Amino acid sequence: MMLQVNDAVVRYGAITALHGITFEINQGEIVTLLGANGAGKSTTLRMLSGLHAPATGKIIFEGQDITNTKAHQFVALGIAHVPEGRRIFPQMTVEENLEMGAFTRSGSFSDDMDRMYETFPILKERRKQLGGNLSGGEQQMLAIGRALMGSPRLLLLDEPSMGLAPMIVETIFRIIGEIRDSGTTVLVVEQNAAQALRLADRGYVMENGRIVFSDKASNLLHDERVRAVYLGESVEGT
Amino acid sequence: MGAFGHYLSAHFATLRLEFWGLLVGGLANGFIYAMVAIGYTLVYGVLRLINFAHSEIFMSGGFASYFVMKAIIGTSVPSGLASVGLVILGILVGGTASAGMALLLERVAYRPLRKRHAPKLAYLISAIGASYFLFNLAGKEFGRYNLSIPSPYINHTVFTIFGANVQMYYIVILIAGVIMFVTLDRIVAKTKLGRSIRAVAQDAETASLMGVNIDRTIALTFIIGGIFGGAGGFLFGLGSGVVYTMGFTPALKAFTAAVLGGIGNLRGAVIGGLILGVAESFSIAFVQAAFIDVVAFAILLLILLFRPTGILGERLGRSA
Ligand SMILES: Nc1ncnc2c1ncn2[C@@H]1O[C@H](COP(=O)(O)OP(=O)(O)OP(=O)(O)O)[C@@H](O)[C@H]1O
Ligand SMILES: [Mg+2]
Repeated sequence: MMLQVNDAVVRYGAITALHGITFEINQGEIVTLLGANGAGKSTTLRMLSGLHAPATGKIIFEGQDITNTKAHQFVALGIAHVPEGRRIFPQMTVEENLEMGAFTRSGSFSDDMDRMYETFPILKERRKQLGGNLSGGEQQMLAIGRALMGSPRLLLLDEPSMGLAPMIVETIFRIIGEIRDSGTTVLVVEQNAAQALRLADRGYVMENGRIVFSDKASNLLHDERVRAVYLGESVEGT
Repeated sequence: MGAFGHYLSAHFATLRLEFWGLLVGGLANGFIYAMVAIGYTLVYGVLRLINFAHSEIFMSGGFASYFVMKAIIGTSVPSGLASVGLVILGILVGGTASAGMALLLERVAYRPLRKRHAPKLAYLISAIGASYFLFNLAGKEFGRYNLSIPSPYINHTVFTIFGANVQMYYIVILIAGVIMFVTLDRIVAKTKLGRSIRAVAQDAETASLMGVNIDRTIALTFIIGGIFGGAGGFLFGLGSGVVYTMGFTPALKAFTAAVLGGIGNLRGAVIGGLILGVAESFSIAFVQAAFIDVVAFAILLLILLFRPTGILGERLGRSA
């Protein structure tokens, strides 16, 4: 087991956002986290990158207790987070943004840089442009590329398809598959449940800060409860 | 030509006559303002708050360099290489003392508030309290009269441009200023340290996801601001002496310079400082010396009214 979260509670002041969640992620999987707005999906990812330490509970990553590890120490541990809304550094160039992803690495990382430009040719074209001037899709690719520059073993993706045109969404999902195939484990939060479930190995469904059920993704895709609430029309056309 | 016309033409004649002298003096003062303005702008860039205790950071460098210069130079008259070494030493001592003071203020007056997510007003009160405490402490410990820093060089006229005398004092400031600001510009644009400061300024939380230690980066901006402020304290003290209230007016002017250039913008702080220094200097041709300070604050009011983002706008995040 790569990551084990045990009965984790996260609070924002008086508000409890996670009421003791327990789940795990195995090496090499794509796991998806589904849930309505405000269910606590982003909070879960933020907890897994040190932005909000759990009030109680435990997080074990590769056998190591990381419950109280600080956010800036996570990249070095091997966990990278692509935050909700991409959060590109708007006044840095594409290249500088990628370099930020490798901030904690010492030595040369030009090979990885080349590999990012191979995976995302558009970023190579835009190398010298400011991050803030990219389109939404380009920013999402940059955010993913930036996270990969830290050579993570676990990649956390928060709604990577949000606000993007269907064709770009296809590309993003294809790349997520490639990332897993190259050996990086992926935890992806998605509104786009049908597509996420088709890509993922397993899924967890959250409601009001709790994990209400989980299963193999192929089962969830046909689960009545999931179809009713999260898939709606989107599953029809497939 | 009316009476006002005569007034103007007489004063423009003075301006023409003294132009080069006023320009050099104005640029030198401007560099000192810029050195202090850097501290405001850096801290604003990462914390979005004005460090109103920066005047006392400036003062600390002035006093520290005064004591060291007094101990080393005493009543001797250094020249040549010794002068160069002493000026560099003065800048280093002033910079180190102020950096230490800045770091202390960050730890004592700001970090506790930051950890508690205090409202902006709390920082302001904390800063003003720290500032009062520090300058009154200095007044109590070092006396309430002006102390002259023993000069590390003979302040002769080094050369004349178009009849204006350019003194050693100005040359020292101009050289120090250019070297310091070019170095800072390169550090911010090209080094990992600079990149971490820019990242925190643009999006602190995301910077931490990249592995940037936010607390350390904030402390570093205080240190850099302190180094520049302390160098300014020494160079200012060389011309005007040091006293416990010495920070008040230069710091307000440096703040004006930072706002003029665009608060949060490093190059803006330099441009703002130089413009302010030169504007003050030239206004000597038009108003009595006693009114010079009014010029700076008139400029501050005008920018706040008409272009609150300053000349270059707010963009610490940018490499250029
Ligand atoms: N900074 C915050 N302060 C207070 N409450 C917060 C904060 N961030 C999130 N919350 C609350 O915590 C709960 C979970 O929020 P979270 O952002 O994790 O949901 P989410 O599942 O990611 O939703 P979405 O699909 O809208 O992104 C919500 O009730 C939200 O209002
Ligand atoms: Mg969310």
